Amino acid sequence: MSPVQKAAALTLCMIFALMVFATIFVPAPYARQFRDVPNAGPSTAHPLGTDALGRDSLSRLLYGTRVSLLLAPAAALLSTLIAAVLGSAAGFLGGSFERIVLAVTDISLALPWLFLLLTVRAMLPLDVPPMASVIIAFLMMGLLGWQASVRVICAAARGVRDSDFLLLARSSGCKPVRLLLCQVAPNLRPLFYAQFWISIPLFILTEANLSILGLGVMEPMPSWGNLLRGFEDFSAVAANPWRLVPLILLVIVVMCFQLVLPSQEVIQ
Amino acid sequence: MIKHEKAAILFRHALRRFSFLLCLGIAGALFSATLVRFAPGYGVQERELDPRWSAQSVEALRQEQVLHEGLASFYFHYLSALAHGDFGESDSLKRPVRELLAQRLPLTGNAIIRGLGVAWLAAALLAYLGLASRGWFYEASGTAVSSLLLSLPSAVIAMLAVHLRAPAFCAISVVVFPRLHRYMRSLLVRSYDQPHVLAARARGLGSVSIFWRHVLPLAMPPLLALLGVSFAIAFGAAIPIEALCDSPGLGQLAWQAALSRDLPLIVNVTLIVCLVMLAANALADLAGRAFAGDTQ
Repeated sequence: MSPVQKAAALTLCMIFALMVFATIFVPAPYARQFRDVPNAGPSTAHPLGTDALGRDSLSRLLYGTRVSLLLAPAAALLSTLIAAVLGSAAGFLGGSFERIVLAVTDISLALPWLFLLLTVRAMLPLDVPPMASVIIAFLMMGLLGWQASVRVICAAARGVRDSDFLLLARSSGCKPVRLLLCQVAPNLRPLFYAQFWISIPLFILTEANLSILGLGVMEPMPSWGNLLRGFEDFSAVAANPWRLVPLILLVIVVMCFQLVLPSQEVIQ
Repeated sequence: MIKHEKAAILFRHALRRFSFLLCLGIAGALFSATLVRFAPGYGVQERELDPRWSAQSVEALRQEQVLHEGLASFYFHYLSALAHGDFGESDSLKRPVRELLAQRLPLTGNAIIRGLGVAWLAAALLAYLGLASRGWFYEASGTAVSSLLLSLPSAVIAMLAVHLRAPAFCAISVVVFPRLHRYMRSLLVRSYDQPHVLAARARGLGSVSIFWRHVLPLAMPPLLALLGVSFAIAFGAAIPIEALCDSPGLGQLAWQAALSRDLPLIVNVTLIVCLVMLAANALADLAGRAFAGDTQ
């Protein structure tokens, strides 16, 4: 690990710790409205001020960080699991199954990711409770975000399929399922981890885009995307620069994820 | 003779891609029809909920719907209408989807082509200059800028564009540029490190000559493939950008359709975008193959 990667990992750990212990630092519940001080500047009671509805911005930021940073890895885990199962099975079995999986993957990859999410979101009700909207947003990403990983995992599994150790295991009488679980999957484990890490920043950014468009996490539940909706009035942000904090935090986290990731050459 | 054989192989490949695209179009249309047919609220007309309509009139309206209730009949009607270019009617805008597509697609296409043009030019220029200079300052600043742009949600870039009164295509180019720059840079670095390029440099060939004769032919097939991918990135970025920049294109239409749960509209928009993307990818792939065939 290079010094830059170590610094990025340390920053991520600190932000994760802040997220876990958010309840200790928050001045007020995220939905509580201080109606006498809307759009207030930083003060001892509200270190990052309040929003237009008088809600404490620091509390919303800490809870929003928790929502985005807990659920993006959860969605990444789900998509990596789907990709791992489909990719390893396709690469290992080969033949028509591999061709079908790769054709479906190619078609899904050709479709812009946001169009796909919007189509699926349009089929679900919009007036759902905030917690349900969080679950819907991240389930959608987890269930639809596996395509790019499948291609990489399938290619690696194809390489393992022709290896000597697998030939030996096969000649020893190992059944295909056992071969897949005990021989192929353990060899692809570093790739699964890499794909998991790659997906997290992608899902964080997608959630932000969806929530800004009003199709992600619903109010009053905070998330980074919801907090960034205030940026539509840039003149207000320029006059109150502390409102930039959610964006700065999001950029730092996504950049840290990008820096921590090993390069594709190392992964492959 | 060999040239003829290569052309025949390329033609067969193009034919295969075209038939695949056609099959996919039919499968996509059937899938879209299924989504529309089984969506909640299908077949219920607003007039049925209007208290001014009598029970007999509501019943008569329902009887009209019975004609299309059978699945086979529904698919037949849907596909035959589609073959005549009829994509149905938007539930929320109460206008034919075909008319909406014809109105919005050129706007989005124009913004995407201009945005991609700017992004490709900037990325190619910066990647080439970076390789020519090979200094640590350029390396660090280039990585920092592209990492920063990659870390910004496209919706935030769109809001910045609104604030700066920049057109939608500028925002699209800002979203696409870092992805292109990173890939192009690593591709050119790899191409420059090839033994034959080193040999050419050792023989004293000029940098421009090395680039045009030895580096570019090697990098061209993956660059052409990247062209297809960049179309998909630009189309994806068009949704938040057009929605927030109030640009009346296909992205804004898809967003409005999702917000109003207008399934016939969003499904058909997605189908058209998918087919456009697949056609762009197929063309990029064919161009790459043709180029690779010429250089081999």
